[in-house]
Amino acid sequence: MSTFILLTITGLGLGAMYFLVASGLSLIYGLMGILNFAHGAFITVGAYGMWFTEEHLSGIAVLPRFLLGALAGLVVGGVFATLVELVLIRPLYQRHIEQVLVTVGLALATVALVIAIWGNDARAVAAPAWLSETTTVAGAHIPNDRWIEILTAIVVLFALNAFLRRTRYGLIIRAGVENRAMVTALGIDVRRAFTLVFAIGGVAAALAGVLSNVYFGTVDPQRGTSLLIFAFIVVVIGGLGSLRGTAAAAVVVGLVQQYANYYASSGLGDLSVVLLLGVVLLVRPRGLSGSFA
Amino acid sequence: MNLISVSDLHVYYGESHVLQGVDFDVPEGGVTALLGRNGVGKTTTLRALMGLVASRGSIDFDGAEIANAPTHKIVRRGVGYVPEDRDVFAGLTVDENLRLAERDSQPQYDLVYDLFPELKQRGKQLAGTLSGGQQQMVAIARALLNDNRVLLVDEPTKGLAPLLVTEVARVLERVSELTTVLLVEQNLGVVGRVARDAVVLDTGRVVHLGPAKELLADKAMVNRMLGVG
Repeated sequence: MSTFILLTITGLGLGAMYFLVASGLSLIYGLMGILNFAHGAFITVGAYGMWFTEEHLSGIAVLPRFLLGALAGLVVGGVFATLVELVLIRPLYQRHIEQVLVTVGLALATVALVIAIWGNDARAVAAPAWLSETTTVAGAHIPNDRWIEILTAIVVLFALNAFLRRTRYGLIIRAGVENRAMVTALGIDVRRAFTLVFAIGGVAAALAGVLSNVYFGTVDPQRGTSLLIFAFIVVVIGGLGSLRGTAAAAVVVGLVQQYANYYASSGLGDLSVVLLLGVVLLVRPRGLSGSFA
Repeated sequence: MNLISVSDLHVYYGESHVLQGVDFDVPEGGVTALLGRNGVGKTTTLRALMGLVASRGSIDFDGAEIANAPTHKIVRRGVGYVPEDRDVFAGLTVDENLRLAERDSQPQYDLVYDLFPELKQRGKQLAGTLSGGQQQMVAIARALLNDNRVLLVDEPTKGLAPLLVTEVARVLERVSELTTVLLVEQNLGVVGRVARDAVVLDTGRVVHLGPAKELLADKAMVNRMLGVG
């Protein structure tokens, strides 16, 4: 029983990171119709932004160093995503092939640049000792960072939901996911919403990068790429453009991966997720939630 | 005085030359009906005026050239649009659909609820669950919320029951007292009731301009140009 609880909480922690990445991907696709292959670069930039800041604050206590590093990671990730939208995506609206080429190119270039500057090896990330300690729940020793990951994802889910439901920009985004042309026909400059969605997606992805530093204890150049693959699967399973579907799919994917790795065979987790994707595409091609609402 | 002057307007969809040099004016005030058989380019003309399709030629709106301007900038000059298929946001409530359309600091909710009292009662209902007639009310209401100089209204009676067609005609009459309307409409009864001028398109060109009542009184001309007797 304790093993099952540990696997469940760990799966939820993994699902939390997938959700943070996939929520931005899903909103960007839903509103703009862009499959953003550069989203992994936002994760990497956020993760390295945290590590880099921590490295330059080595003289101070671990907790403020960790918090400042995390904050820097989020800011860098958000700014990077905003610049990507303004400089690379905006000139290519409605040119989907070029968008794919640019985002794939940016993803590859970011990894290459990180390797060129900091090398291919994983770097240790400092975190408060409490995060690597465990809390015992029904006999299961749960690493404390899992609670932080789950809690963060829940806060982000509620914050995004409140933003989409209670603000004018949220209203524009929800409407734009349904019918972008009609939003502009109401006199709204939808390009601002595009930039905002990219910025929000970038911050959420950077947050996933920061939390992945805690989860793995290190940062490496392939971090964004490996998380992005599963985030894409989550987005497709959840239903493109659906925040709630994305949250549900992230939980399912995280749990399936953990259970399969333990109860079937180590390494089968990834295969199980791909099989799950295939089943969902066959049975429910529009994903768990076909609509945004 | 003309509020809109369209001259030599061309629109292509791929290889298809849909508008082939359209010329017409929309005088300020009243309803100008844009008529023609299915597929002659009426909706495309409205979409070109809105900047929703790329065009070649000139569209003068109140002294400013708006051809190919960004749609949101055209709208902000005071152009309201009621699209052919209503295009209400199905996942948003009626209130949210209206709130999204607000541009002016004092949106005209009094006017909207006076014309469509039902919308006030259905504010919390998802627009996608409304009937066709109710969705048409939302679509028209969105355009009326702001103090627009002109409304481009595309087939507002399409698919509606006869009672609702009469209701829409009544609303159009009322709206035409407040602002200029360019109306695409297949129902000639509605056109006869509300329109002052008529522009007839055929295969992407204007083939007739003149008072709507004169056109409708000439059965032979109506039959020849619009395919109805």
